[in-house]
Amino acid sequence: MKEEIKSKMVEKEINGTIEDPRLKAITSSIRVVPDFPKPGIMFNDITTLLLQPKVFKDVIDMFVERYKGMRIDAVAGIEARGFIFGPPVALEIEAKFIPLRKPKKLPGEVISEKYVLEYGKDCLEMHVGALEAHERVLIIDDFVATGGTMSAAIRLIERAGGEVVECACLLGLPKFKVRTSPLFQKISLASICFFMYMLPLSLGIA
Amino acid sequence: MAAPIEEKDQATQDPRKEGIASSIRVVPHVPKGGIMFQDITPLLLDPKVFKDTVDLFIERYTGKDISAVAGTKMCRALRILEEGIEARGFIFGPPIALAIGAKFIPLRKPRKLPGEVISEEYVLEYGRDCLEMHVGAVQQGEHVLVVDDLIATGGTLCAAISLLERAGAKVVECACVIELPELKGRERLKVTPLYVLVESH
Repeated sequence: MKEEIKSKMVEKEINGTIEDPRLKAITSSIRVVPDFPKPGIMFNDITTLLLQPKVFKDVIDMFVERYKGMRIDAVAGIEARGFIFGPPVALEIEAKFIPLRKPKKLPGEVISEKYVLEYGKDCLEMHVGALEAHERVLIIDDFVATGGTMSAAIRLIERAGGEVVECACLLGLPKFKVRTSPLFQKISLASICFFMYMLPLSLGIA
Repeated sequence: MAAPIEEKDQATQDPRKEGIASSIRVVPHVPKGGIMFQDITPLLLDPKVFKDTVDLFIERYTGKDISAVAGTKMCRALRILEEGIEARGFIFGPPIALAIGAKFIPLRKPRKLPGEVISEEYVLEYGRDCLEMHVGAVQQGEHVLVVDDLIATGGTLCAAISLLERAGAKVVECACVIELPELKGRERLKVTPLYVLVESH
């Protein structure tokens, strides 16, 4: 059994912010697995969080509290773990749920968006007709690291005529600064913000 | 020991099921000619119907001493296919788990779950596949509900049941949105009860 390493908390970085009491249990329930999927990578495993009903509910509640009043028409979830968090949020805020999937999973007509990985390329797809023009969309994934997948998701939604209100994730790397990333520069920054774990990071127009 | 899940009164069809059935899109010749693919994504695009679907399951399983809901993201076998079709238990399982206060356990293809896993191999029409679950996801004697969007031949669900039972849990029921009765998945589940919302022929 590999040694479990608890997620380090970034409490020190939140100067003066009152911490939501639910965050402690959320961060400590995420298990860091070393050398997965490859040697040298520290993988943040959210499945241990899903084994704690109250903590899982707290995560969904935090998303719902933020998005309930924002007139979101659709929640788009990125395969696969975005499918775990997206639908419960969509149900609570009475939005539709749109799965964004790897190639050849969605039957019928799709639009595709290629994106670049560290080594190689990948592709995200959405059904034609899932979204209507000008619909307000929240994109959810569990984890944002380089932002490549999330950027592809944003482009997909926009190509279909939707408006990305915000992107949300359970866990974002503290060192990934969305506002300076070239991947997001073409998007209206006012509409995107991340829930870093421990650190709601709002990047709106000041 | 938990009591068996009681059958609801079947005399009156729940009106919500009609909306659910009509929101399932059948896509012909996917993934191969002759196959009618049951596409549930239009159901997800209608918040009321999606909510009705989840509510029907929640009403059935609330207060039934179920401590875990397992959902698969796997290939399922269809009888005359070369490729499997992915299961979408990730979409319906979590909302049900949240509402009934149970944990959610993802069951996945090999090498997707980090850390220590147990594996169950099973036979597809052509070749084999493998379902994995984390060690420690369930405790001995826990009562588990397995949720999926669709039951076809029952191969995926049987593998899920086997995995959970090997870990010491008891699968009290399998719940699916759609059943394809001609593929006889229900029979394959043997003693494990199956609850479905709609049938497709």
